Amino acid sequence: MRLMAQLAMVMNLDKCIGCHTCSVTCKQAWTNRGGVEYAWFNNVETRPGQGYPRRYEDQEQWKGGWERTARGRLRLRAGGRFRKLLSLFANPDLPRIDDYYEPWTYEYRTLLEAPLGDDIPVARPKSQITGEPTQPRWGPNWDDDLGGSTEHGTADPVLAKIGEKVKMEFEQTFMFYLPRICEHCLNPSCVASCPSGAMYKRAEDGIVLVDQDACRGWRMCVTGCPYKKVYFNHKTGKAEKCTFCYPRLEAGEPTVCAETCVGRLRYIGVLLYDADKVLEAASVENDHDLYPAQLGVFCDPHDPEVVKEAERVGIPHDWITAAQRSPVHDLISRYKVALPLRPEYRTMPMVWYIPPLSPVVDAVAQSGFDGEDSQNLFGAIDSLRIPVEYLAELFTAGDPEPVEASLRKMAAMRSYMRAVNLGDTPDASIAEAVGLTEQELKAMYRLLALAKYDERY
Amino acid sequence: MTPSNSAGERTAAAEEALLRLSRFLTSGETSKDLRSVHLSGGREADSFYRELWSHDKVVSSTHGVNCTGSCRWKIYVKDGVITWESQDTDYPSVGVDRPEYEPRGCPRGASFSWYSYSPTRIRYPYARGVLVEAYREAKRVHTDPVAAWASIVDDPVKRRAYQQARGRGGLVRVDWDEAVEMVAAAHVHTIKRHGPDRIAGFSPIPAMSMVSHAAGSRFMSLIGAPMLSFYDWYADLPVASPQVFGDQTDVPESADWWDAAYLMMWGSNVPVTRTPDAHWMTEARYRGQKVVVVSPDYADNTKFADEWLAPHPGTDGALASAMGHVILKEFFVDSETPFFTDYVRRYTDLPFLVSLEQRGSDHVPGKFLTAADLGQGGDGAEWKTVVLDSATGEPFVPNGSVGHRWSSDEGSWNLDLGSVVPTLTLHSGECSTVEVSLPRFDAADGSGSVMRRGVPVRRIGDRVVTTVFDLLLAQYGVHRPGLPGEWPTGYDDASQPCTPAWQEQITSVPAERATRIAREFADTAVRSGGRCMILMGAGTNHWFHSDQVYRSFLTLLLLTGCQGRNGGGWAHYVGQEKVRPLTGWQTLASAADWHRPPRQMIGTAYWYLHTDQWRYDGYAMDALSWPLAEGKLDGATAADCLASAARMGWMPSYPTFDRNPLDLAEEAAELGKDPVQHTVDELRENRLGFACQDPDAPENWPRVLTVWRANLLGSSGKGNEYFLRHLLGAADTNLRTSANDPAVRPRTVTWRDEAPEGKLDLLLSLDFRMTSTTLFSDIVLPAATWYEKHDLSSTDMHPFVHAFSAAVDPPWQTRTDFEAFHAIARKFSEFAKTHLGVRKDLVATALQHDSPGEVAQPGGLARDWSRGEVDAVPGRTMPTLTVVERDYTAVAERLASLGPVVDELGVTIKGSVVGVGPEVNWLAEKNGVSASGRPLLDTDSKAAEAILALSGTTNGALALRAFQVLEKRVGRPLTQLAHENESKRITFSDTKSRPTHVVTSPEWSGSESGGRRYSPFTINVEQLKPWHTLTGRQHFYLDHDWQHELGEALPVYRAPLDMQRLFGEPRIGPNGEREVTVRYLTPHSKWSIHSEYQDNLLMLTLSRGGPTFWMSPADAAAIGVSDNDWVEAVNRNGVVVARAIVSHRMPEGTVFMYHAQDRTVNVPRSETTGKRGGMHNSLTRVQMKPTHLIGGYAQLTFALNYLGPTGNQRDEVTVIRRRSQEVEY
Repeated sequence: MRLMAQLAMVMNLDKCIGCHTCSVTCKQAWTNRGGVEYAWFNNVETRPGQGYPRRYEDQEQWKGGWERTARGRLRLRAGGRFRKLLSLFANPDLPRIDDYYEPWTYEYRTLLEAPLGDDIPVARPKSQITGEPTQPRWGPNWDDDLGGSTEHGTADPVLAKIGEKVKMEFEQTFMFYLPRICEHCLNPSCVASCPSGAMYKRAEDGIVLVDQDACRGWRMCVTGCPYKKVYFNHKTGKAEKCTFCYPRLEAGEPTVCAETCVGRLRYIGVLLYDADKVLEAASVENDHDLYPAQLGVFCDPHDPEVVKEAERVGIPHDWITAAQRSPVHDLISRYKVALPLRPEYRTMPMVWYIPPLSPVVDAVAQSGFDGEDSQNLFGAIDSLRIPVEYLAELFTAGDPEPVEASLRKMAAMRSYMRAVNLGDTPDASIAEAVGLTEQELKAMYRLLALAKYDERY
Repeated sequence: MTPSNSAGERTAAAEEALLRLSRFLTSGETSKDLRSVHLSGGREADSFYRELWSHDKVVSSTHGVNCTGSCRWKIYVKDGVITWESQDTDYPSVGVDRPEYEPRGCPRGASFSWYSYSPTRIRYPYARGVLVEAYREAKRVHTDPVAAWASIVDDPVKRRAYQQARGRGGLVRVDWDEAVEMVAAAHVHTIKRHGPDRIAGFSPIPAMSMVSHAAGSRFMSLIGAPMLSFYDWYADLPVASPQVFGDQTDVPESADWWDAAYLMMWGSNVPVTRTPDAHWMTEARYRGQKVVVVSPDYADNTKFADEWLAPHPGTDGALASAMGHVILKEFFVDSETPFFTDYVRRYTDLPFLVSLEQRGSDHVPGKFLTAADLGQGGDGAEWKTVVLDSATGEPFVPNGSVGHRWSSDEGSWNLDLGSVVPTLTLHSGECSTVEVSLPRFDAADGSGSVMRRGVPVRRIGDRVVTTVFDLLLAQYGVHRPGLPGEWPTGYDDASQPCTPAWQEQITSVPAERATRIAREFADTAVRSGGRCMILMGAGTNHWFHSDQVYRSFLTLLLLTGCQGRNGGGWAHYVGQEKVRPLTGWQTLASAADWHRPPRQMIGTAYWYLHTDQWRYDGYAMDALSWPLAEGKLDGATAADCLASAARMGWMPSYPTFDRNPLDLAEEAAELGKDPVQHTVDELRENRLGFACQDPDAPENWPRVLTVWRANLLGSSGKGNEYFLRHLLGAADTNLRTSANDPAVRPRTVTWRDEAPEGKLDLLLSLDFRMTSTTLFSDIVLPAATWYEKHDLSSTDMHPFVHAFSAAVDPPWQTRTDFEAFHAIARKFSEFAKTHLGVRKDLVATALQHDSPGEVAQPGGLARDWSRGEVDAVPGRTMPTLTVVERDYTAVAERLASLGPVVDELGVTIKGSVVGVGPEVNWLAEKNGVSASGRPLLDTDSKAAEAILALSGTTNGALALRAFQVLEKRVGRPLTQLAHENESKRITFSDTKSRPTHVVTSPEWSGSESGGRRYSPFTINVEQLKPWHTLTGRQHFYLDHDWQHELGEALPVYRAPLDMQRLFGEPRIGPNGEREVTVRYLTPHSKWSIHSEYQDNLLMLTLSRGGPTFWMSPADAAAIGVSDNDWVEAVNRNGVVVARAIVSHRMPEGTVFMYHAQDRTVNVPRSETTGKRGGMHNSLTRVQMKPTHLIGGYAQLTFALNYLGPTGNQRDEVTVIRRRSQEVEY
């Protein structure tokens, strides 16, 4: 056993309103400068949609993450360092600027400085790269709120997998938002891709960083990251990425994206894990087993043996206590409502998601309650608007069961609390039916609904 | 194993070797599996991001933008430069058992610092080059600046020259002295030549920066210039609020959504328009709240809905009517629900008696029965409405009607019924019945017809009466045994209004779902004690007939006993901003400490007349009335209605007369007459006319307009092209229609064949960024941003007051609005010494709400003195006329100090007069005193201090005194609400250090005492304090003459205006020639707050980078448009060029152009006209509804932003076509 501490985040997608405040506060603080105009350490995607950069999830094209060989070993999908050394100067798997977007600005000065002319002054668009007039044709959030869905939405790699399930028709419309930062993986393929050894995972908290002095700008990390969360600064010639706001964390503040999240859906906490188990877990044969395997890597912070070991390896006491009261631990391991993003990339990502709930009738019905019971006000619609298959492709390598289990717990919480709300006696069997005690259900409610500041972080 | 696989394995082995090698080259600890590198030491490069993060100071401030967020932000400053912002999280807790307000904010606010140093920042004063040259030239001839200004505006050629240059570039830098000199000269000249009411100020939403607003508004009020309303003009004012509640919009704070057991979001897209508050909605679901979304598109909030109903745009009233039908039938008629009937008896007008009137062979609903009708005399008898006592069966005059408010019987204005239980219905086994004729407007073209349905009646004296409840059942088609007439046969009868099947054919919402939701709603109301909430917004409030839509919503809430409860009732969220420290702000902003009354104008009417949109009306008001109307509005256009409303004192009208009001007073003095009498005589003799009866006469034009904290032309200006052509006289516009056909010209308003172009002599704006308004302004003053000044902010979304603080000083030559207006005032006062001196001003004001003006015109009769229908009596049958003495030389001094009028007259809180002696003394100590011994208001911070000291919500002692005054009138205990905070005083420095919770005060209708969340009307429900209405209860029934003309005495479904019938626009749908006619909606945008932020690079990057139309795949296909293609939208009002966003979340037949996409960014020239494409309001125009003009009648009495015609814009249609993809700028 090699016990380590990891900072992790859980985002409750069921609460995400898609406002992009996180993106803007992050951008303003970290990438509001030359060379990284196009870089969004934090971005928010409308799903179904292509994401940013376009279709980044299609690893057939981009070759990010790990793949499992026939002999059960892991190798970088883009080829290991050997191949990388061979292709240092001509990396074929890099998204081009068009796959991100060409940053633009406007001739704002015209508005003030236009001489007397024949028409109303206007600020026309120009490229931030060339300074020449341009027209925006793609952006970091082009398909927001299903914009251009019939032309662009179909290019969503998930839709390609679940095929006929989703129709781009008014009556069947659904959407949800997926905010993304670096996953600060336990098994980071970006780190493994770097020929210069410039990328590293901080020993004390697991944050994955680029050493700005050591980076030689080979960009193998950009290819290696299946989430496309490492960016190339075209001015400094170095890679940059989400730092999990370590300068803020070190001062006792949560990340910018988390603290400014007006949906109050981000949780940050410490997890203890056994670093020795990571490779094995990441190498399980069946993609569906990756989620439970990753759960198995985490250690129970209340287990006296774990605590003892943690103290032995020098994890500070306050980190151990933080792991014990970690909301992230509760959501991931205790209630099991949070799920990893794209576990099949085998990087063991550490930003997890609670899948979006509404509407929930099917989930309620499947949990054994009568979805059409007139007293059950959530039993109102004949189908879950967001197909479970879609969510399963994102969070469990296509296995619907954990997604359904998570949604059922959320629905059970609502049913249980409705009785409380109306002054009726809540039905204890609701909690049992989803594998929770009443006390756990109430504690989960407190964490998700009240979500007090000092309990989110 | 395939060869390639074994090759792969070999490669892997090689990699393995390399990995092993590289661990020796790396300083960190490599994991045993060699996959990751952990680094503990040697991380000096980490410092790169630490340096990026470092900053010198963090200052808390907020954003003064019209979003109602009032969020607290931390502004980071490094090396004296603002770097970025992030939300503050220090809101006081609102309870351990509920979520908190932190962290309020949105992406727009998060991008604000971009403006600070952006290339669109206005750094220096600018003026139109043509004007500056003319002025400098004039100054060479005239040393006196006022004379110099006069020489330009009196010269038609010079005047036209700079007017035609408006909006065409050519702004030049000037210095502050010269800019201020020109502005002051223009004001002095205009007052002298035309009168102070020819000047106007437009600055909306005081709550978003009270001091900045009050600084300019106070200046305007001191010189006698009208301030223009904005809430009604923005169409955000729900006219149903005064109609039903007799109150200015009052709504729950967002923390109270948490308390709701059932939440309907109806036309309010909360994640987009109430971004900082949306979490309450997502979180309340976890507390078992059911969420229903009603939206014609798959709006952002639909994601959170348990159910989504998608009625066709503008048909929401039909859906609500059907839900009302279900609730009335199942919960009132089929079986009685005591929780509901008890509520409606106490708190609504449903038990009140209404006379039926004979009209031809028909009976129609008439007026409320009053004590006067019973033969009772005494004070206010005409204003005391009547119920039947169910015990005795006799008429009973309960306490609480408006007749008890303004009469001598102090202590009877309450809802205490004692032991009396009012009769709700006259229906019984052997009741008499009468078949009444009622309106319906469900024809495809919106025209009215008549349905006949029986009601139970009884005879009282010579009158046949019934109850409002019985009329409501008839209007809603809920049958009871023994009643004659045509009734629905059941829910599935689609032929009769208000059944679920009837609404389905109008809205497309399945009848079964409408029925089930209604049932659930009412059932939940019973089980939760009235905790059902309808969150409503622009989607249902920006229509011409929105008052009717809202009344049909409120019907659901009132019937189910949900209003005046925590977690229940209406939650109207569009533009509803709340100045929590209301009284202090009002006092300063209207300069009520120096002069009363101020001139305050209804914005919609002002723009309608002065942009000459009245010349382009396609129809007269009989197009809107019902077949059994008396014909009082027949042939009258909106302009005629407006003139009537001005004459009868219903609505204010500025400029008021066709003569300078200073001259009117002077004439009287010369004649030795009372100026008021002189004015009445002149009017009677037709020697004096109302300006609104001849708005195109040069003497009736507005001359000077100042816009600050606003973008009139790029945001709220409905009928943008009319503004440009007629008000501004800009050279060329995209207006594509021609003036009224002679058949539909006004009858009482003078028609001049030549329409004026260029009424304004001066358009002045103060801003920090370039907008359409600054582009068309003659003088632009550079304003400090919200991170560069001190001010106050509040909202109704949260219960706190907090401060703006300057993180840095105003950079370059920018100044705060406060400093700018004081500079103008100083120069003005200097010029006034030679040109104006001390003058008497004859001020005409409308009959005023919450004053005896609301009992001026008994019976709600529209009687016009100019037609001899009634005597001309100021303050009763015509406007109130007051002589105000203005010392124009002292304007600057008065602006900077608190005047003595408050010492004598106190302040007025919703009609209660409260003394403020202690506060004046306190302010004198705190702020210091002027040369004449008055408390100083010479800095923004001191003004903020005065606002807080003079308001009950921020000064517990004042709140207590105000409750003491109110308690006497009400006759029931109220002061208990204020005792807990008697010693609480919020100072400006308190609001700087942290958001501060306000206290319960009669300024608002809800109680926060004991730490509860704010919900409106809880004081009315719990303390039996009446609503400010005719009956003192919440009104279903409105019996004013004009309501009857339109067939709107009761809530009735009215379809969106038929633009083909009224204006000859094409029918909705494709025409087979690559053009499609669509409904044109302008909802609020995700990427801007009105026009603010839509030009911000961050927001443009996250959206599509310029103006867009959202359209359905079917409509796009009909005209061959792909996503991101350029399209052109054209109707009679103008032209818009934008790109298309094609999405299946849009319903067919409707496009969205998100609100306030100004024409400053990425707008090419139009193919249709060759001119610059328009902005979203280039396709809209003003249309006024006559019932919004009613005045002098209980709750239907004017107050600023309380009642007035709305600037609605949703009924519009446009043709869209694909244009050439080659665009030119």
